[in-house]
Amino acid sequence: MSGIPHDHYEPKTGGEKWLHSRLPIVGLIYDTIMIPTPKNLNWLWIWGIVLAFCLALQIVTGIILVMHYTPHVDLAFASVEHIMRNVNGGYMIRYLHANGASLFFIAVYIHIFRGLYYGSYKAPREITWIIGMLIYLMMMGTAFMGYVLPWGQMSFWGATVITGLFGAIPFIGEPIQTLLLGGPAVDNATLNRFFSLHYLLPFVIAGLVIVHIWAFHTTGNNNPTGVEVRRTSKEDAAKDTLPFWPYFVIKDFLGLAVVLVIFWAIVGFMPNYLGHPDNYIEANPLQTPAHIVPEWYFLPFYAILRAFTSEVWVVQIASFVTGGIIDAKFFGVLAMFGAIAVMALAPWLDTSRVRSGRYRPQFKWWFLLLVIDFFALMWLGAMPAEEPYASFSLIASAYWFAYFLVILPLLGVIEKPIATPETIEADFDAHYGKSAGGDATPAE
Amino acid sequence: MLKKLATGAAFALALVPAASFAAGGAGHVEDYDFSFEGPFGTYDTNQLQRGLQIYTEVCAACHGLKQVPIRTLSDEGGPNLPADQVRAYAADNFSVYDPELDEDRPAIPTDHFPENNNAGAPDLSLMAKARAGFHGPYGLGLNQMFKGMGGAEYIASLLAGYTGETKEEAGTTFYENTAFPGGWISMAPPLSDEQVEFIDGAPNDLESLSKDVSAFLMWTAEPKMMARKQAGFVGVLFLTVLSVLLYLTNKRLWAPHKGKKTS
Repeated sequence: MSGIPHDHYEPKTGGEKWLHSRLPIVGLIYDTIMIPTPKNLNWLWIWGIVLAFCLALQIVTGIILVMHYTPHVDLAFASVEHIMRNVNGGYMIRYLHANGASLFFIAVYIHIFRGLYYGSYKAPREITWIIGMLIYLMMMGTAFMGYVLPWGQMSFWGATVITGLFGAIPFIGEPIQTLLLGGPAVDNATLNRFFSLHYLLPFVIAGLVIVHIWAFHTTGNNNPTGVEVRRTSKEDAAKDTLPFWPYFVIKDFLGLAVVLVIFWAIVGFMPNYLGHPDNYIEANPLQTPAHIVPEWYFLPFYAILRAFTSEVWVVQIASFVTGGIIDAKFFGVLAMFGAIAVMALAPWLDTSRVRSGRYRPQFKWWFLLLVIDFFALMWLGAMPAEEPYASFSLIASAYWFAYFLVILPLLGVIEKPIATPETIEADFDAHYGKSAGGDATPAE
Repeated sequence: MLKKLATGAAFALALVPAASFAAGGAGHVEDYDFSFEGPFGTYDTNQLQRGLQIYTEVCAACHGLKQVPIRTLSDEGGPNLPADQVRAYAADNFSVYDPELDEDRPAIPTDHFPENNNAGAPDLSLMAKARAGFHGPYGLGLNQMFKGMGGAEYIASLLAGYTGETKEEAGTTFYENTAFPGGWISMAPPLSDEQVEFIDGAPNDLESLSKDVSAFLMWTAEPKMMARKQAGFVGVLFLTVLSVLLYLTNKRLWAPHKGKKTS
């Protein structure tokens, strides 16, 4: 395996050699956790560990919940209440699982936006980025199906609305929707297949996480400067890096612990904060809730979905050109998935030679606007589909696409980046002063 | 370093959006004080027992509590009734259909409160969590930490919120109510002053009765609330200590690699 030069595992005792020549598993673990890591990583680099923790938390709590849950339309809601009332600690397991999903998405959004700011998606880390996007898509699928399982009103009607999106695809939409639902409408068959897939997908995610880690362990971590670790020799590399264990493990655990203080306070003191009251009403196919609102983590893309109504000229042109095949509904679906697709294509849309946003004076502002845009879309997704929200949604959606399709390609050409540090070591020393011994002298 | 950490945490918090929004034309929900609000709030056992009495004498005529096992009335952190009283309560008040006997028999503590579909009235087991009275500040809902979601307040406001006006529409009578979204509800005013007499002579005006039964319904919706808050408190304490220890460890670990900060 190529990568940053560092000391590899050497079996010493007879037993170690015996094992190593048959199954080099100790070596694999050693090389993985001792990987040289740029020593200037800032606190935005802790979210990977938080995400790994979330995946483990969701799988462990989920497996316990499955022991007590019944995937049947007549029994699901009551079985969740059984967990809340009769299972030892069941209320805590369930609240951890429900809020764990939110923590998972908070972490993944910060992780993604960190990557967007510091150019972590750029060559040679495109594969890491693409795998990450796949994980994100699978997370959304898993979370959506998980939300259906308690079989409350929002579960049922959310499932009805979201699966309806697939029905908007021309020609093949309806068969796809029927296949997803296992029938003409959301019913027992839907609940059962969602349950099955909700249990399966996290393990697919776990597999992808391993590939994600493998990929960036090959290229090395990005870092706030975007400057690569020197690979000319082991000694040079060692000046730019420190081993992952113990330096970054302890640092990441510190970050994780602080995050968990807040997480635990929410689970303990306001566990229904991020849920919707309507989901404590059992699903009723005959009664539509006044407002069907998706979970908060879907809101930005839900806003994009709803932004493109038949009154928007782009939609009208698309409809005219395709002879009505692309109607407003399908256009909305395309826009929603397109919004994620353009993000996935960022490595090829960003033309700048400089990787980190830190050294890109114009990019910084456009990026800040993207973050604001994301929050605006999240807010708009929760608002009713009426003016002025509809117009705001359209503007916010337009900026999302413009950022990736116009601004990123153009900026690379017109922007004049400022000088990047020569090495990671230089950047680190500029922040913390020269290391080594007691006679640390400031670098400046 | 800490500043950046704080920025990260603030970023995380800021991501938490407006979770839910009031329906259009929402009614007025009075912000009653309940003993179970806030991170350290607990249920008032006496109030829960009074609420149980009100539920049994009044609400149970139309509303069920099908998710609630009767035995939980003796739970600590709940009404905390002695086991023999719960047995007597179950047998005296409810009968359930027993498929093995193929006939009705008096309820026993392991039964749930019966379902009640007589008047098409909704089940009340989870009502206090299925309604939200508060969404502040600015629709962010963060007040929940200190005031709860407002479900119990909503129920109490509804019960005490009848104006006395009625109207008929398509053969159904509707009653004007200041808390109900839309303003007109099909449930006749269920409670009035002194409708229920308490053994200990606790106040039984309309507002007190409304609050007592709402507190009871908060318990039926969230019976493990006190255990949960305790777990929350212990967990937060533990994780805070862990964070401090990790902070010190991290600082010491990195110290040899960092010189004096220059900026």
